[in-house]
Amino acid sequence: MIYGEIHRRSRKKWEALYSGEIIHILVGTATCGRAAGSMPVLEAFRREIDRLGGEAQVSEVGCMGLCSQEPLVVIVKPGDFSVCYHHVTPQMVPQLVEGYVRGDDPCLELALGTVAGGGDEAVYIPELELFNHQTRVLLRNCGYNSPLDIDHYIAGGGYAGLARALEMKPAQILYELKRSGLRGRGGAGYPTAAKWAVCSQARGSTKYVICNADEGDPGAFMDRVLLESDPHAILEGMIIAGYTIGAKQGYIYIREEYPLAIERINVALNQARGKGLMGRHVLDSDFSFTIEIIKGAGAFVSGEETALIASMEGRRSWPEHRPPYPARAGLRGKPTLVNNVKTLAYVPIILQKGWQWFHDIGTKESPGTALFALAGKLENTGLAEVPMGTSLRTLVYDIGGGIKKGRQFKAVQTGGPSGGCLPEGLLDTPIDFDSLQEAGAIMGSGGVIVMDEDNCMVDTAKFFVDFSRQESCGKCTFCRIGTYHMFSIFDDITHGKGSLKSLEALQGLAEDIKEGSLCGLGRMAPNPVLTTLRYFREEYEAHVLEQRCPARVCKELTAYYILPEKCERGCDHCVLSCPAEAIFNDEKGLKVVDQLKCTKCGSCELVCPAEYNAVIRLSPVSLVPADRYTRPDTKEP
Amino acid sequence: MLSSARRHPHHLIDILQEIQWRDGYLSNEAMLEVAKCLGTSSATVWGVATFYNQFRFIPPGRKPVRVCMGTACHLGGGQLVLEAMARELKIEVGGTTEDREYSLERVACIGCCALAPVVTIEGRVYPRMTPPGVEEMLVGVRTESAQDGTGYTGPA
Repeated sequence: MIYGEIHRRSRKKWEALYSGEIIHILVGTATCGRAAGSMPVLEAFRREIDRLGGEAQVSEVGCMGLCSQEPLVVIVKPGDFSVCYHHVTPQMVPQLVEGYVRGDDPCLELALGTVAGGGDEAVYIPELELFNHQTRVLLRNCGYNSPLDIDHYIAGGGYAGLARALEMKPAQILYELKRSGLRGRGGAGYPTAAKWAVCSQARGSTKYVICNADEGDPGAFMDRVLLESDPHAILEGMIIAGYTIGAKQGYIYIREEYPLAIERINVALNQARGKGLMGRHVLDSDFSFTIEIIKGAGAFVSGEETALIASMEGRRSWPEHRPPYPARAGLRGKPTLVNNVKTLAYVPIILQKGWQWFHDIGTKESPGTALFALAGKLENTGLAEVPMGTSLRTLVYDIGGGIKKGRQFKAVQTGGPSGGCLPEGLLDTPIDFDSLQEAGAIMGSGGVIVMDEDNCMVDTAKFFVDFSRQESCGKCTFCRIGTYHMFSIFDDITHGKGSLKSLEALQGLAEDIKEGSLCGLGRMAPNPVLTTLRYFREEYEAHVLEQRCPARVCKELTAYYILPEKCERGCDHCVLSCPAEAIFNDEKGLKVVDQLKCTKCGSCELVCPAEYNAVIRLSPVSLVPADRYTRPDTKEP
Repeated sequence: MLSSARRHPHHLIDILQEIQWRDGYLSNEAMLEVAKCLGTSSATVWGVATFYNQFRFIPPGRKPVRVCMGTACHLGGGQLVLEAMARELKIEVGGTTEDREYSLERVACIGCCALAPVVTIEGRVYPRMTPPGVEEMLVGVRTESAQDGTGYTGPA
């Protein structure tokens, strides 16, 4: 079937859905929605609608990127406002059905805002400030189009990019991509057109396209959301890539930890095949292309392209020397194009709207948008898509809504274990590949973690070093042993056994590992250490010189202490919660933490009723008064 | 599983994944069998299996508990949650309870960073965990089989 006909049919179905009489209820059921409890909400809507005789359709959709507001439900009402509801529980369902599905009361007290856009325009909520700073290209369909129904994607112009591509010569597609200025979104920012061109010119009749969906950065989930919310954009990008470089086979390499993403990609693959958009003779042309899913077995280093290929060949994920680049000799020795999920998802819309449209977004050197996963101590956690060149400050304050509970901002971390921690003073750094690198961080794949005054930068750096140490594949000595040594130095520092010499040793080791490692994992593993040493040196010095952890996080340098003047009524909450039985009564019945028994699990602090707030943390430990250090009958150690 | 079409070392990882999916873990016997069928050394199979985080070599519990140790979860106190879980289940990380009901592991990141710290049990995600919340949650999981599926939604 030709594309025009496929599009016409999908459009008709879509219009029947949105312009007819039927009310449409969209429930966000991506992983984060499910974690917040959207499945019982979905069930409740289905039950309620069935009970009332099915006058509305209930659909599962992906994620709009407002993770802190989940579960989200949108009620699309023909001829009236579409309303988005947040923190929906099954108990609220009858009220919503009675109020807005059957009646005319939009239940404003439960609503987050109205929903605008849809179809050709990106979906947004005009009442929310945070949408004003965003340009949603990759997220345009997320949370509105059903990822389980290909007609939604096609009705909004989906697969038109493929149809256009099939009428073009590969060289024309490469030209279009080159002019658009698209750079790989996996982290390194290599020009996509250049990579495609090498692969397209490589000799051989067997070539492969691999979509790298091995999102291993602990703190990033943009790729997961795209896979779960708009899978067809990725598949369309892969098919276009296949046509351009002359490949017949594509693989999508997804982490095993993302079961829902795998499930939804499977559904999408079947539907695309059913429409003749994939398989033999794509859209009745001479071009054939199939896509297979490969499940990653869990290794951070698999995100590196040569390591990913090794893993697909049944070997350990060990990176190889480049050149030869995979674009010339990759999977099974054949020319292989490896692109990140987001990179591929941009391709269809660039072809649909033309390179100029894409090039006009963002900056000259880094055109387009940047998709970030905001996590950590922010009010609004979730996804944000901004034009390149937007400042980190806009991302943290205008979109992220600033720090939770009015705490003080301390650092923003981009790029995960390969990135750096930037302080307040660098918040005006524009987001693009080159500016972030200059500041010592990297753009990375898009994880942004914000830290507040309660986070210890030494502990954070230690966390990342521990991660790199465990995920180091072991091929290069500097990375394998260097990260191990860095970790043991950090362990000393956080135990109060460090000295200024430890800091020098860290600095030296970090620079050596950068020099002596083959792949990105090793070369960038020292980034969190180098940036924290550079921007937060006073915290390191407090640890080594005063045995003090300013954020009171490092266990060995911190003591839990109950303020006698605040602990008034002997409520026993802390005593009951303490797993180590470390809390006892003094002669007045006030509680005391026995420092010799305390395991520093933090339970007492969490359960102490807010009106007392008697449990505090002290650092250094020597601040605990001697008479309240341990039971009076215990012999001093 | 070891059909002739897949008797190539290229398929080693999917074969191991399938075995683990079926048995819950990789036994020594299974790995020796795989090595024999693929015509490779058992050391190669062990080398690959132990390289990846996904594979386990002791039988898991019926309800595998996974505590997320991603960055956001770490900053939100994931380590304390992991320790509390180990204490409540009375097992070490990587271990299985004596009645084979629960096993405990740490995972790198399950991509729910906005709801950190998170724990998953049998694939279900429990958001915003705290050490005192762990006990409450396990009580919920233990009594849930008696109730309907809507049960526990996490501490307020």
